[in-house]
Amino acid sequence: MRIWKTLLSTAVAGLISSLTIVQAQEMSDTFRDPALDAMKGKTIAYLPISLGFDLAQAWGGVVKEEANHYGMKFVSQDPNWSTDAMAQALTNLIAQKPDVIVTQNPDLQSLARLLKQANAQGIYVIQANMQGAVQTDAFVGPDLIGMGEEMGNIVVNSCGKNGKSNKIAIVQGVLTGGVSFFEVQGVKKVLAAHPDLQVVSSQAADWDASKARSITETVLQQNPDLCAIVDVWDGQARGTGAAIQQAGKRGQVMLVTAGGGAQSMCDALSDGTFDYAINYNAVGMGRDIATTIKMLLQAKPKAGSIKYMAYSPYRTMTKADVKEGTCWNPDTYAKLLK
Amino acid sequence: MKWRLSLSQEQIVFVLAVLLFAVFSILLPGFLTAQNLLTLLRSVAVFGVLGVAMVIVVIGRGIDLSIVANMAISVAWTFQLANEGVPLPLAIALGLGFALLMSLIVGILIAYAEIPPLFATLAMGTFIYGFGRAHMILGIDVVYLPRDIGWLRSIGQGFFFGIPSAVILAIVIAFAAFLLLRYTKPGRFIYAMGDNYAAARVGGVPVRPVLVFQYLLAGLIAYIAGVITATSVAAMNTRIVTSNLVYDIILVVVLGGVGLSGGKGGVRNVVVGTLLIGILLNGMTIMDIQYTVQNLIKSSILLIAIIVDSIVNPRDEQTAQQGDI
Repeated sequence: MRIWKTLLSTAVAGLISSLTIVQAQEMSDTFRDPALDAMKGKTIAYLPISLGFDLAQAWGGVVKEEANHYGMKFVSQDPNWSTDAMAQALTNLIAQKPDVIVTQNPDLQSLARLLKQANAQGIYVIQANMQGAVQTDAFVGPDLIGMGEEMGNIVVNSCGKNGKSNKIAIVQGVLTGGVSFFEVQGVKKVLAAHPDLQVVSSQAADWDASKARSITETVLQQNPDLCAIVDVWDGQARGTGAAIQQAGKRGQVMLVTAGGGAQSMCDALSDGTFDYAINYNAVGMGRDIATTIKMLLQAKPKAGSIKYMAYSPYRTMTKADVKEGTCWNPDTYAKLLK
Repeated sequence: MKWRLSLSQEQIVFVLAVLLFAVFSILLPGFLTAQNLLTLLRSVAVFGVLGVAMVIVVIGRGIDLSIVANMAISVAWTFQLANEGVPLPLAIALGLGFALLMSLIVGILIAYAEIPPLFATLAMGTFIYGFGRAHMILGIDVVYLPRDIGWLRSIGQGFFFGIPSAVILAIVIAFAAFLLLRYTKPGRFIYAMGDNYAAARVGGVPVRPVLVFQYLLAGLIAYIAGVITATSVAAMNTRIVTSNLVYDIILVVVLGGVGLSGGKGGVRNVVVGTLLIGILLNGMTIMDIQYTVQNLIKSSILLIAIIVDSIVNPRDEQTAQQGDI
């Protein structure tokens, strides 16, 4: 009898537990299916300034991978740094009516009207990194002014004291480009509170390392006792760093920059080209963009109604923070995007 | 009044450059120092080298709009190969080979297929860039240099008796081009062809091979300019293809007084044009003039040079016919 009892109770217990499992599966299914349905078959259009640079490849690579996971269609276009081509492509995209447009502003104004138009047509618009004059569903990127302030603070903490001069130079990107414009705003905000520090030069290098190099050479020539240089982007800051090295002033003139954390950034930190680099992790931004897409498609708000600032995390790095795998390899994402 | 009429555009630009130089020397502390002057030269060295490449083609009544694309893609490919583990000398040989092959195609299109240089090089420039980005430079559009490139680094970053090696290299290339154009047979042929193509041909000049030779030479010099650019910032940025660098190069050539109609001018004109641009850029950077204002000043000076030239050297029927492309 005892055996029967044990068998029976085991059977009952088994039945109950399998029932709970079935029920649990049903529980999760009820949430999963609508979420998957909301995403499936949707079209994501990706239109950065160019597909050929590390940031755009990381964002696009991650978004494309996520789109593939959830059965979304991913289309991308490469205007290759031409604002005209970009406006043209955006106009075409609006006519094709994708569900989401992920784009990046070459400057504050150029795409503003078109982005508004896309929203009016019911297309969700996510602006990455380079904010434009019009706010759409979401902006994904670091808090650029805050980042500029952080760069300013690094400079303030070390210049004008301990025998260091009070002279600072700023190397901008393209004057009207969102990243450059807002970062410089942040830097200047901090410097305004420290009138003892003097900005001896603030020139635009057009995102070009060669131009950054020749500007910095001249600035160092004129101000041999320069304390620090703030360069808004790591891609061009390599040229700034080369000029510092050429002048034999590495270690004396501090170079502070910011970038998306590609391997070249870690390399420049470890070989001493950069003293400080603020890393806004472009791969992480890609994930933030993908998350925002999923949120919009599932929550289905009216296009242009939320206006969400998805500030991506950033952190300040020095040589000591560079370890194996700290930075990411752009080739990985370039391959994903191909 | 007669002496004024004899001022050529080159001399006008030279006078302008000297004037600017004098004004900056007086007004800007730190402008007239040996170090700053070297920095000035250093910053326009690549510009000058590309100007020399362009002038060789322009004298032969051609133009090369593919020069920047050829330079950027071939040099970027060189260092990408090196990054992938190809030995540096082999990578350089392959890169240079590609540059020369592209120039050869350009030359053949112009010399044998008789396509006007403007269209042939415009198309080839787009082709080289497109092909390069699609099949050669697969990753990001900036190729970083491998860390251990040894002596090659000194091309862009080294010094020779206290003078940046980029400046020395630019002077050597300019001098070699000067000798070639002035004293060698192919050099004189280029002038003859630029002056009157048909007459040169009738006179027995091997016009087609010389045309191809011109573009090959431009490709070779462009490759060297690219190596200087890349080694000085430890990266080759293929994005410069989409910038207006090629127009700036043509500007330096034309500003120095080389007519696009061919047959006139020489390396000296390029040097004068390059110096004017160098003095301007350096002075404006020292004064920390805003970028947009810099462009305004730059274009105003260029306009002044052209206006003064048209007043001093008024166009007559003959020059008007010759001088327009």
